[in-house]
Amino acid sequence: MDYIKIEKKARTRKKTGNIITYILLTFWAVIVLFPFYWMVLTSIKSYGAYNSEYIPKFYTLSPTLQNYADAFTAVSLGRYLLNTTIFTVVTTAVMMIVITLAAFAFARLEFRGKNIVFILFLSLMMIPNELVIITNFVTITNLDMRNSFPGLILPSITSVFYIYLLKENFEQIPDSLYYAAKVDGTSDLKYLLKVMVPMSKPTLITIAILKVIECWNSYVWPRLITDDERYFLVSNGIQEIRENGFGRENIPAMMAAVVVISVPLIVLFLVFRNKIMAGVSRSGLKG
Amino acid sequence: MKKKLQNSGLKAWLYLLPAILFLGIFMVYPLIDVFVYSFEEGYNSASQTYWGVGSYNYSYVLHDPYFLQAVKNTFLLVIITVPLSTGIALLISTGLCSIKPLRNLFQTIYFLPYVTNTLAVGLVFMILFKKTAYSDGFINLIISWFGGNSVDFIDGPYWAKMFVLCFYTIWVVMPFKILILTSALSSVNQEYYNAARVDGTSRFRIFMRITLPMIAPMIFYLIITGFIGAFKAYSDVVALFGTNLNAAEMNTIVGYVYDMLYGDSGGYPSYASAAAIILFAIVLTITCINLLISKKVRR
Amino acid sequence: MEVILQNLTKKFPSRDRKNREDVIAVNDFTFEIPDGQLIGLLGPSGCGKSTTLNLISGLLKPTNGRIFFGKDDVTDLPPENRGIGLVFQNYALYPHLTVRQNILFPLQNLKGKDKLSKSEMLKKAEDAAKLVQISELMERRPGELSGGQQQRVAIARALVKMPRVLLLDEPLSNLDARLRLQTREEIRRIQKETGITTIFVTHDQEEAMSISDLIVVMKEGIVQQIGKPQEVYDNPSNLFVAKFLGTPPINVFEGRIQNGQLYIGDNAVLHTGNVSDRKVYAGIRPEGFLLQEDGPLCCELGGIEVMGRDISIVSRNKASLNPAIRSIIGTDNKIDTSKTDIRFSLVSRKVFLFDRETEERIDFT
Repeated sequence: MDYIKIEKKARTRKKTGNIITYILLTFWAVIVLFPFYWMVLTSIKSYGAYNSEYIPKFYTLSPTLQNYADAFTAVSLGRYLLNTTIFTVVTTAVMMIVITLAAFAFARLEFRGKNIVFILFLSLMMIPNELVIITNFVTITNLDMRNSFPGLILPSITSVFYIYLLKENFEQIPDSLYYAAKVDGTSDLKYLLKVMVPMSKPTLITIAILKVIECWNSYVWPRLITDDERYFLVSNGIQEIRENGFGRENIPAMMAAVVVISVPLIVLFLVFRNKIMAGVSRSGLKG
Repeated sequence: MKKKLQNSGLKAWLYLLPAILFLGIFMVYPLIDVFVYSFEEGYNSASQTYWGVGSYNYSYVLHDPYFLQAVKNTFLLVIITVPLSTGIALLISTGLCSIKPLRNLFQTIYFLPYVTNTLAVGLVFMILFKKTAYSDGFINLIISWFGGNSVDFIDGPYWAKMFVLCFYTIWVVMPFKILILTSALSSVNQEYYNAARVDGTSRFRIFMRITLPMIAPMIFYLIITGFIGAFKAYSDVVALFGTNLNAAEMNTIVGYVYDMLYGDSGGYPSYASAAAIILFAIVLTITCINLLISKKVRR
Repeated sequence: MEVILQNLTKKFPSRDRKNREDVIAVNDFTFEIPDGQLIGLLGPSGCGKSTTLNLISGLLKPTNGRIFFGKDDVTDLPPENRGIGLVFQNYALYPHLTVRQNILFPLQNLKGKDKLSKSEMLKKAEDAAKLVQISELMERRPGELSGGQQQRVAIARALVKMPRVLLLDEPLSNLDARLRLQTREEIRRIQKETGITTIFVTHDQEEAMSISDLIVVMKEGIVQQIGKPQEVYDNPSNLFVAKFLGTPPINVFEGRIQNGQLYIGDNAVLHTGNVSDRKVYAGIRPEGFLLQEDGPLCCELGGIEVMGRDISIVSRNKASLNPAIRSIIGTDNKIDTSKTDIRFSLVSRKVFLFDRETEERIDFT
């Protein structure tokens, strides 16, 4: 056997394999990042410069922030952002309370019919949103809650899936803690707030972040339930801008708006990167 | 003692009350109601009256050319994007797991689309692909580098629009798939790879005979969720082609449901319900078939 | 096939950010493993024994030094070209393949002129299965087998391609006590039958002692002693080896040499001949104690444990480093448990002296 030859061959093969891998990965990274680059680039080109480029340029030498000013003055981008913030914060906060209570009941308390109720809950997970949204639309319309925050928020403050996730987490906490607390005369609610919630903080935070992302990006329900611009969320705002805002061709201003609404979530992601990725992969949530 | 037990039962229901209340109003009741709607013929949402019960709504929807167009679009989208995105994600995750330097950076970049607003980035895609009187757009610039003719991907021929839609859909679903597959791949015990290496197994054979079977459950999971997700495609379509999807010939089944409910052609919750139930039936059937196949393959 | 290790050294970059010095997992290991022998690499966890095994397998590359299989320098050869069989600690059986498919797996990788026909492969797999006595389990999957059976499958898979060297990483650590005894005999038998040079890693000295032709005792990357198990036991080269081998463990006392006598406490307990005066550790094997009414070593009696064949006496002494001294004597001795003290004399070849500073062995006659 010619060992030197075998060694050399093995080394070259490994090297080429590595190079190909990096090329592939870089290629995909470029595909992912390019739209973001283009979005920022376009948003700092001036209106005139952008429209005079028949062949789009990959850089700009005279960046301007004028488009950002336009985005806030020509359409009510500030209002959309405020609305979305209110919607996101309230929905997430209320949902956290509702699911914590429910998960606690399933995980800790004993009552007749618990198993049946839980199975019924689980079976609701299979119901696609598209099926129930029709009636919800009619319900909210009949309750005269269109173009209002309650109308936006109410249907999305429970999530069977998160109840399930949290229940699993609560059950990890040893029973002995509960009995110890009982012996000390701690009430159930106090036990939940002082022991279970602090101990499940990582899961609670993960759920909250995932819900925030979901709320920030939600489009379908807000679109159905609001036609008054004062109640638009950012997604609807973007759509509105696209169809009617800025006199259709002011694309740099449009991109400025897109940057503004994308930045909060990207910052959130970069801060909580590990939590978000672990949460998504653990819960197997489809975006 | 007995009283105490009853007490705690009552308390438990109290804790569950908000969840049950909201789920009841916004999930259980609508679920029943949607079936009722779908069989009420000639429902008028203004006066809330109807004149009969039957399957007319279904027959109307199934004969509506817009619906058929939507079904065709949706199926095309599903058939193209699910295998393609799963395949590419597998390729990328495998590559990602085989490197050490820069791995974290790549992973972070790949996950970015998950946290961005579909509508917002869709707009960027539209601009990249769109051809206007002032500019052919970025993608056409690239096509021209390779000597091709420019195409309007947003308002142009059907295949071009379908291409953009598939491309964007894959771009959007990729983070989830890469994440799931990378964690599945890295949970495969390194010893299996060492064992295979000692036995002189080629890279390709290791992948086919060890890696793939070991992560097969996750791949099936991704395919099933991929199917379900793609069948419900809507907001990415809106992002690219605007809200008037019927005119663009790019409507999807979910888009059809919403159009029937609301908007310029809206006000027909019965038709919307029938279409939604047809969609649900299709998704259910496909999921069942998927599950059956995955069971058989794993035998 | 002889395996020759020449100045083998492996350094890992430090993970500690403050202390950037490399971690030396294996330090300058030179040894010639004779053909057809069963070698036990022995040491506490983190001593570099698994690293050594991985260097021989080729899964790791040495920082320095060379490895030869016979005359072939295999140092830079990837594992697949070395002709080794490797059994992993957790067996690494492919869970989705049957036992037969698992054993066939290495054969199916052969290419070119080594390629076997299907029937040849099946025949080889059958033979390997017969050797480890799992012929009736061929259609099962690893998940349906007991730990011991999985172990045999793993060995069969490693043996089926007739490796030049067989490597076993902690082969018994995942088995319960009874299976461990049985399996180690089994490994011995298979090794003798095939005559393949076999190297295994273990932290369990009893395991290594019982089946190895040679044992290599390692500590912190440095080889402490190499030899036949009994030789090493009877003749440890330093305090570490003496303490590491033997159950119950050796009893270590602080002592001193004065005028050719070993003193423990204030009593001269043994003649040490020509050894010059100094402070020492004295290691006494449990079987090195003799019960004697007026013996020189006086200990406080803690209790006795009758173990059938012999008696274990637990006692205490201020000079002892072990909290309890264990000595083993025959059952024909009578012990008066009402007394608080017990006196021993010592068997001189069961007593080892070690320098207090270097912990190296001091010979005495």
